[in-house]
Amino acid sequence: MITVDGVTKTYGGHTAVDDVSFVARPGRVTGFLGPNGAGKSTTMRIMVGLTPASTGRVSIGGHRYGDLPNPGLLVGVLLDASAQHNGRTGREILTIGAETMGLPRTRVEEMLELVSLSTIEARRRLRDYSLGMRQRLGIAHALLGDPRILILDEPANGLDPAGIHWMRGLLQQYAQRGGTVLLSSHLLHEVEKIADDLVLIGQGRVVAQGTKQELLQTRGAYVRAIEYEPLLDALQVAGILTIPSGEGLRSDADPARIGEVAAAAGLTLAELRPAEGAGLEDLFLQLTADTQREGVPA
Amino acid sequence: MSTMTSAPDQAARIRDSRIQEQTIDLSATPRIPLSRLVRVELRKMADTRSGKWLLIGIGVITLAVIGIFYVTADPSERTFFNFMAATNGPQGLLLPVLGILLVTSEWSQRTALVSFTLTPVRGRVLLAKVLGGLLAGLAAIALTVVVAALATIVAGADNAWAEVGVDDLGKFLLLQATGILQGLAFGLLFLNSSAAIVSYFVLPTALNILGSFWTAMAEVQPWFDLWTSQSPLFMGGNLTSEQWAQCVTSSLIWVVLPFAVGLVRVLRAEVK
Repeated sequence: MITVDGVTKTYGGHTAVDDVSFVARPGRVTGFLGPNGAGKSTTMRIMVGLTPASTGRVSIGGHRYGDLPNPGLLVGVLLDASAQHNGRTGREILTIGAETMGLPRTRVEEMLELVSLSTIEARRRLRDYSLGMRQRLGIAHALLGDPRILILDEPANGLDPAGIHWMRGLLQQYAQRGGTVLLSSHLLHEVEKIADDLVLIGQGRVVAQGTKQELLQTRGAYVRAIEYEPLLDALQVAGILTIPSGEGLRSDADPARIGEVAAAAGLTLAELRPAEGAGLEDLFLQLTADTQREGVPA
Repeated sequence: MSTMTSAPDQAARIRDSRIQEQTIDLSATPRIPLSRLVRVELRKMADTRSGKWLLIGIGVITLAVIGIFYVTADPSERTFFNFMAATNGPQGLLLPVLGILLVTSEWSQRTALVSFTLTPVRGRVLLAKVLGGLLAGLAAIALTVVVAALATIVAGADNAWAEVGVDDLGKFLLLQATGILQGLAFGLLFLNSSAAIVSYFVLPTALNILGSFWTAMAEVQPWFDLWTSQSPLFMGGNLTSEQWAQCVTSSLIWVVLPFAVGLVRVLRAEVK
């Protein structure tokens, strides 16, 4: 379990991380979601003691990261797959990690196999690795010590679709065995598929958090009646607020409640369905638009 | 956004979790022993092309210098001490570079991110670097002793062993150890290979040149110029207590001070 409690980081007058609190639980994949520059990486560096927090604290399995006697055996960390010596081979990078943690060399071979880096690829130097290969190596490095907790910053970056699919399976299985996974991403759809819990961050602040079901749950309904005006009146009388949307109406109320009102008024509904769960996406797009530098993402 | 969790809910959630939070028992996990960290540092010195060639270079140049001295020196000069002293210059240039790169490559290649994540007590990583660097220096001196001894046995002058004592070996060690530590100190201070290497060579040289023009300074120079204060160490003979004191003050200025400032810098630095 990772507990982030009131973490703030200021640089001069700029607040990069603003009172961030959340929990990543065992047995679950927690997605840490936010546009670029929202403070995800800074928060993750604070978790592992690379960046000192201005205020607040983080505990990993009940401990301060700096107090862990051999952190690699408890927490697997991948913050930047390119932060490795360009002149070292893939195998050598894992060997250094394994040696630091005091693991047998066989562990290196196991991890290379797990992330499908071939013997030939493992002999190549990091400068000749594609970003996808670096990510695989980084994930292998994080898993070396068979940790119970994983902290991964944008692990899907640079992976091809097959690689993303592979990683999703790997991390979900890891969580099913009781592991805690915290992974960050700036892509909602990527995280939506893999995470059980979501923490949404924008401009350093947590703007939403909860289980994926909670956050993606749809509230409200879209309704279209043959008789537009009478429906509008009937809903108004029932105290249900609506806004026009296309040929129909959008409302905060439950579809069932709207159905009731329509039935009581003897109206014919052409369409009645839960509103599309755009809540999270809207919020995310709004966050992204605020900090977006290259226009709206596709 | 009625589905979004409100701030008080968040706080309650965290309070709940704090009650539930199970502390993972780590009492059975031993701390990473320093010996292992030193071994890792030694490995990191040699596992890249540049690192490997620097080590090979130190070895080859040591051999070459002894060879050149053998060829060029007068046969009566071919003493063990002189063979040793010949290697002092090139080793004194290269070992500090080894010390510098030991620190700065972690920054230029951003491996500090990984090193300090696996060993969050940064001082232990740095201590391992110091010990690893000193071991490398010891190995270089051991190589020198062996080759110089062989050269002396094969081609030494009649009384080639006469003037050498254990204290001379000690002085060589001291000299190279200071060089490596100074390299590490400059590495820590600048966290950038080129800045550290250039400063390491330019600053003392500039001081030396200044001293050669300005006679008033030349008198006090040994107190703060490491190069001047250390030269008696490879000249043979004993140092006066004043000369020893000068070694101490100049080392304080060029080794201890930059090391201390660099140490504070690295311990506090945000590693990105």
